[in-house]
Amino acid sequence: MRYIRPLSIEDAVGELAKAVGPAAILAGGSDLLVRMKGGFIEPELIVDIKAINGLSDIQETADGFRIGAAVPCAVLGENAALKKAWPGVVEAAKLIGSKQVQGRCTIVGNLCNASPAADSVPALVAAGAKAVVAGPNGKRTIAVEAVPTGPGRTSLAKGEIVEAILLDKRPPHAGDAYQRFIPRTEMDIAVVSAGVNLTLDEAGIIKAARVALGAAAPTVLLVEEAAQVLVGSKPDEQTLERLAKVCSGACRPIDDKRGTIEFRRKVAGVLAKRVAATAYERAGGK
Amino acid sequence: MAGVAVSTTINGDHVEYLCQPDETLLEVLRDRLGLTGAKEGCGTGDCGACSVILDNRLVCSCLVLGAEAEGRQVETIEGMAHGDQLHPLQQKFLEHAALQCGICTPGFLIAAKDLLAKNPSPTEEEIRFGLAGNLCRCTGYDKIVRAVQDAANVMKGA
Repeated sequence: MRYIRPLSIEDAVGELAKAVGPAAILAGGSDLLVRMKGGFIEPELIVDIKAINGLSDIQETADGFRIGAAVPCAVLGENAALKKAWPGVVEAAKLIGSKQVQGRCTIVGNLCNASPAADSVPALVAAGAKAVVAGPNGKRTIAVEAVPTGPGRTSLAKGEIVEAILLDKRPPHAGDAYQRFIPRTEMDIAVVSAGVNLTLDEAGIIKAARVALGAAAPTVLLVEEAAQVLVGSKPDEQTLERLAKVCSGACRPIDDKRGTIEFRRKVAGVLAKRVAATAYERAGGK
Repeated sequence: MAGVAVSTTINGDHVEYLCQPDETLLEVLRDRLGLTGAKEGCGTGDCGACSVILDNRLVCSCLVLGAEAEGRQVETIEGMAHGDQLHPLQQKFLEHAALQCGICTPGFLIAAKDLLAKNPSPTEEEIRFGLAGNLCRCTGYDKIVRAVQDAANVMKGA
């Protein structure tokens, strides 16, 4: 096995593209090393991307935020501007693992590991986040929901690296939130989860909404119909009930030891209601 | 496999070593450098017994490659006491009998040190959340939480 620490994204992409055997990108390593130890992957090449300029920073730009692929989740919570603008994204990132894991894990790793139960992904999808993908043929920017294609699978081609996540600058009266259900208080995998992002008008009416569900299908679900329920209304009890019904109906979950299909459907609706109410409050709605 | 030459700082001392590319920092600390305080419990980042502080961040050294320590600062349990003078957390773990077999203790102490560095006056809940990445199968957690609370009070007064 070879370990390299390139200084540019071009070098990293070049090494990955020409790798003959299995190659792996190392950012936080909290998934990669576990998979290596479990014998699920035996890379011949490990490309540590942490020394690449800009990949370990959160930049606030005129358009919003650019979160480098190697920024640990703990750092997201320490960035006051990001936390203020995108509290739902930050709270999702801060739910991943323990303090030890948060010191290493990254939202890009969470996205590319492509677990249906990844905590940060529904929040990113609800936020309308974009992924900047660098590859042998240059760079492209895609919606985050276009990255995972199934459990453990992504749309990334050989040699491609997600180098950053982009979050838009917030309009006024906007807010997001994320919650998951787990049977304990922390350090567990989402049985089902929901992320909601809302923008309100001056009167507190929802004018834009994105609703995403996690652990409810092979990939995170962006539930368009749920957004349509919210747009044009305030989240009164009747609207929230309709939202819950739509979200429960949109789920395509599995039965497993952590939750049955029936349970996941029900809880997806309950969570969507609660998360929408929190996002509304954060957006300044009353 | 070609070895990786690493130059790093451990507990304030400049250290150089040669490791294999798939060797973890925990393996380097224990097997190459003789720093056996950090323990391998689960080996998958779940138990916290191998906790160290890497560039001011608490991490499981079982999930860090030895090669990744290049140019970085590593703090291990061996750097916690000053000579014979125990760190207040170590002293309070003794006084509160917050340890039995001791396997988890170095990880708890490092995690608690990191917690108090970032939050000198944690509530009980904050201590429990802060130490949730560390598992103990002997004492239960109440004595550990009380030891950390007591140490926090001592350190604030110091």
